[in-house]
Amino acid sequence: MTSLDQADLDQVTAEFVAQGGDWEEIAEEAARLKEERVVVNMGPQHPSTHGVLRLVLELDGETVRETRVALGYLHTGIEKTMEYRTWVQGSALATRMDYVASIMNEAGYCLAVEKLAGITDRIPERAQVIRVLMMEMARVSSHLVCLGSAGNELGGTTLMTIAFREREQVLRFFEMVTGQRMNNAYFRPGGVAQDLPKDALSWFKGVYGSMVRGMDDFDNMVMVNPLWRARTVGIGQLNLAACMALGITGPMVRAAGLPLDLRKDRPYSGYENYDFEVCTTDTADVYGRYLVRSNEMRESMKIIAQCIDKLEAMGEGPVMIEDPAIAWPAKLEIGPDGQGQSHGHVKEIMATSMESLIHHFKLVTEGFRVPPGQAFHAIEHAKGVFGVHVVSDGGTRPYRVHVREPSYNNLQSMAALCDGGTISDVVVCLASIDPVMGGVDR
Amino acid sequence: MTAETAASQAAQPGGDLTAPGQERGPEVVEVRRGAFGAHGSGDTSGFGGLTRLVQIPGSSPRPYGGWHDAAVDALVEDLQGVGLVQAIEKVIVDRDELTLFIRRQDLATVAEFLRDDQDLRFELSLGVSGVHYPGDQGRELHAVYHLMSVTHGRRIIRLEVTAPDQDPHIPSLVGLYPTQDWHERETYDMFGIVFDGHPDLTRILLPTDWIGHPQRKDYPLGGVQVQFKGASTPPPDVRRNYS
Repeated sequence: MTSLDQADLDQVTAEFVAQGGDWEEIAEEAARLKEERVVVNMGPQHPSTHGVLRLVLELDGETVRETRVALGYLHTGIEKTMEYRTWVQGSALATRMDYVASIMNEAGYCLAVEKLAGITDRIPERAQVIRVLMMEMARVSSHLVCLGSAGNELGGTTLMTIAFREREQVLRFFEMVTGQRMNNAYFRPGGVAQDLPKDALSWFKGVYGSMVRGMDDFDNMVMVNPLWRARTVGIGQLNLAACMALGITGPMVRAAGLPLDLRKDRPYSGYENYDFEVCTTDTADVYGRYLVRSNEMRESMKIIAQCIDKLEAMGEGPVMIEDPAIAWPAKLEIGPDGQGQSHGHVKEIMATSMESLIHHFKLVTEGFRVPPGQAFHAIEHAKGVFGVHVVSDGGTRPYRVHVREPSYNNLQSMAALCDGGTISDVVVCLASIDPVMGGVDR
Repeated sequence: MTAETAASQAAQPGGDLTAPGQERGPEVVEVRRGAFGAHGSGDTSGFGGLTRLVQIPGSSPRPYGGWHDAAVDALVEDLQGVGLVQAIEKVIVDRDELTLFIRRQDLATVAEFLRDDQDLRFELSLGVSGVHYPGDQGRELHAVYHLMSVTHGRRIIRLEVTAPDQDPHIPSLVGLYPTQDWHERETYDMFGIVFDGHPDLTRILLPTDWIGHPQRKDYPLGGVQVQFKGASTPPPDVRRNYS
């Protein structure tokens, strides 16, 4: 438990053995018992394990007797890295966790930092609405990836092409607004990086109808399809009691009948001002989870439409907190050579005002300070409850950031879902959890 | 709280309900000297004489506000029943969040009351987060739990338990909340906190033969030496900084 000394490090450099957990013990035990049991190592490189997840399955014929999950292949130390970057830079790291719904990670992180800094009530209205708009688009995008890749894993490539076609519209919108399709770092403590471009909303209204039609196409093809139903109805049951014990949240717990949705229960970013339903079903199986996700996308589209109306009615306004001690000084804009610092701002700090230059330099290199203490903020991520625990020592960098990642937690249910089922259902069960390994391993 | 209500609470069987909320000042977890984290550079600017205390908020006076008073009262009443009122070291309400510092040997008892008491019902555990304060003598390792009540309006309570570096043991909550399984493994992996009673406390994110616990503050970051015109870049944890 003590810290490292040089001898330990030498030992590591001299001989580094990276082998997988208790794999050898399992194999030896199986050989000793001379049973007709096969231990299959599924992953970490397997297309249907959603990234680099490794499953160790103990099989008796076609039946799965024991499921073990091995993680860590995508561990990147994001939480530790955040401790050596400013509070604002943390957003660019948080976005890289669950890369399929990256905007949501930023949202959770920024809301926690804002709570810690005590500026939650001072976020401008326009920024709040833009945040909700972006978060709901991310939810649609994440659910489309989940449904599409599940369809692909069951052998229906068309399902993936439909889902990814519609997701593409969301990514185009993200690119238009943030400059990047994924890993946007668009949410910052205090607001968002910049306002929406002038034509972004009208562009999205143009594709809105076709996106909803694409979702209908998907549903018509899947939800009543006898093949799909045969693979999903009654498979991977996890009732509400098991969900509570295992801390399962998100579409999985809503498919078990509990309307646990923090957008309604603990509203943040003004979710109390939107009209939407919490989708539930009581089948507690894989089919139910897809049904919940599919319905949830429609509700998200409803929220997006309300956001667009609000933004259009609201007109221009600030999208970053007014406080100059926190607000990022620079504005971004699209120039002839791409996105960068706005010309007006560069001119001001380089030619007009030395004070502005000092202010810009201090805030960008040093950052702002957050009063000591800790805060926890939970949001309804596409995958479930995404909680961020931030601790400040009063400095310009987080003292500690911990993320309670819904995929990480929900993946614990793999054994409960798979044990006793057939090996062909393992992939179905895994896909219904919708884990993204970037988020699981962080 | 008026004098009357305080008196009536104190008159209730079991004694003074305000006992665990006794005011304690802010806890000093670290003392920093000098500027920019730089030492031994022959600094003559005068900033080298700076001393800054890193303090986390102290315990809060009653009333805590909102649902916090009723929740603490319900828990204290349960603990009085088993003679463990002193299990609550201090109560902090900060940024509208309720934090209970719990004596580590009583963690499981407190968590069970929080889960099962009909007035509390924190059924959903949101995992555990470790925090390492190397300067907090005898309380270096903190384990921070967040519990959510599904029954009572999705309210969230925070439990904080400390352990010294020399004896990094904290009771496991897997028996009460099976979801704690992976979360405790992660905190063991990253901080070296040993959760006694965990069924299979092994590393989860790092390889099994990894040495050390990387999210502790004393874990060296290493870094790659990048040479630039004869100078070299130190790893991020020993660079000058503003914190």
